[in-house]
Amino acid sequence: RQDVLVLTPWLAPIVWEGTFSRDILNAQYLQKNLVTGVVTFAVEKYWFFIEGFMTSANKYFLAGHQVNFYLFTDSPEKVSHLQMAPEKQLFVIPVQNGSSWQDISRCRMRMVSSHIQRQFQHQVDYLYSMDINVQLLAHVGVEIIDDLVATISSWQVTPQQDSKTHGTHPELQGDFHYTASFYGGSVAEMYKLTTACFGGLGEDRQNGIKAQGYHERHLNKYLLQHKPTRLLSPEYYWDTEL
Amino acid sequence: RRQDVLTVTPWLAPIVWEGTFDPKILDSAYRPLNLTIGVTAFAVGKYTRFVRRFLESAEQHFMQGYQVNYYIFTDSPGSIVPARLQRGRRLLALPVPSFSSWQEISMRRMETISRHLARLRPAELHYLFCLDIDMVFHNPWGPETLGDMVAAIHPGYFTVPREQFPYERRSSSAAFIPEGEGDFYYGGAVFGGLVSKVYEFTKTCHMTILADKANGIMAAWQEESHLNRHFLTHKPSKLLSPEYIWDDRKPKPPEIRLVRFSTVEKNYKEIRN
Repeated sequence: RQDVLVLTPWLAPIVWEGTFSRDILNAQYLQKNLVTGVVTFAVEKYWFFIEGFMTSANKYFLAGHQVNFYLFTDSPEKVSHLQMAPEKQLFVIPVQNGSSWQDISRCRMRMVSSHIQRQFQHQVDYLYSMDINVQLLAHVGVEIIDDLVATISSWQVTPQQDSKTHGTHPELQGDFHYTASFYGGSVAEMYKLTTACFGGLGEDRQNGIKAQGYHERHLNKYLLQHKPTRLLSPEYYWDTEL
Repeated sequence: RRQDVLTVTPWLAPIVWEGTFDPKILDSAYRPLNLTIGVTAFAVGKYTRFVRRFLESAEQHFMQGYQVNYYIFTDSPGSIVPARLQRGRRLLALPVPSFSSWQEISMRRMETISRHLARLRPAELHYLFCLDIDMVFHNPWGPETLGDMVAAIHPGYFTVPREQFPYERRSSSAAFIPEGEGDFYYGGAVFGGLVSKVYEFTKTCHMTILADKANGIMAAWQEESHLNRHFLTHKPSKLLSPEYIWDDRKPKPPEIRLVRFSTVEKNYKEIRN
């Protein structure tokens, strides 16, 4: 692919169709006997998306590989009839509803962080956070597996960047904007990330900051200081608002 | 960015070329980690004459601002004149026997390196590069080169089709790579990575070299053939472009914008005796 940027200035590959061989990557993944998990939240009205999400994920997410889906929901009864693909397992984690939106976001980070420590780290090697209100339309495979992985938002397809940084601008700030809808990495990195973001969201609450996309803002702030080791192109995310 | 060369492999390992990275971003990510980076090089027999220039140029260009340990394996430790080193950098001259032939010396490197790594204390070293001594640094070699397992693309073969790679083609060798297989031709003069990965790698290569010996066969390009075999099945996580392993006898093509590390001119016949 010569039409798009395939490498960040810190040498993290940007995954586009045509840049990788899924066969080679599958062989490597199997060689290492890895297990991957997905965390997702379906709280209040969002239970409605569960079926669509799980059906598409069963078909398209790491097809042929063992995946543990960890579904945090306040309506566990809505899930009982779901059929999972042979290598896929569903773990339903009941949560309480009734909190405000900000609290939910902060709680998500805290819950994922504590569940990583208590449970996930013993069950999976890699963990990805996905929004429940997406449906996968094509295969998402082991090309997503790396230490710290984020997805470039759909509306920043050709990030402006110049590898010859002009002295006054050390960090190329704001070059990549990542979506909070799909990110992940090794359990160790995810633990660090969720713990850090949970702390940051707490500060916002204290300062009375109420903003749209706080989850995303804190994620981006974290990733500015802890550069992802691999980026997924906007092919890997479909903004449901577009 | 570079559009004239491949910058990512099919298994999503970056290929490091001038213009693909920003040294400042990488430095700000790696410096706080307080890393110690090692370099091994072998100066056996007449090759001791290369040590001074290797070290002087490394002091100028290799991992500036990081802690560096040079491990020079030699059969005459007395001939290693300690060069002036910057703070945080040290030199250890480690004795090895003088073997009969240059091929033997070359192949024993894997064994020596793996033995040495087995004896290291865990926190002593984080990353290690294994380099040829008869080479000189000309331009910066920094944290853009760090990775779990790092290999360098051989300068003689990066524009050449795969069928012409000088892989070992005899199936009786443990380094055998059949026609139609292979990703790149990697040079034996440069490889590196995390200490644990380099340890596994050198140990495995040593085993395959021994297997060949038991079968009375020596691979076409000695340990370089074994290195290429290993990297076929255990793909490197990062590749260095030929900028990092250049041969000054070659004319510089436009893809090579910066030569960082290259061979010293020498008379091969004389030096290999």
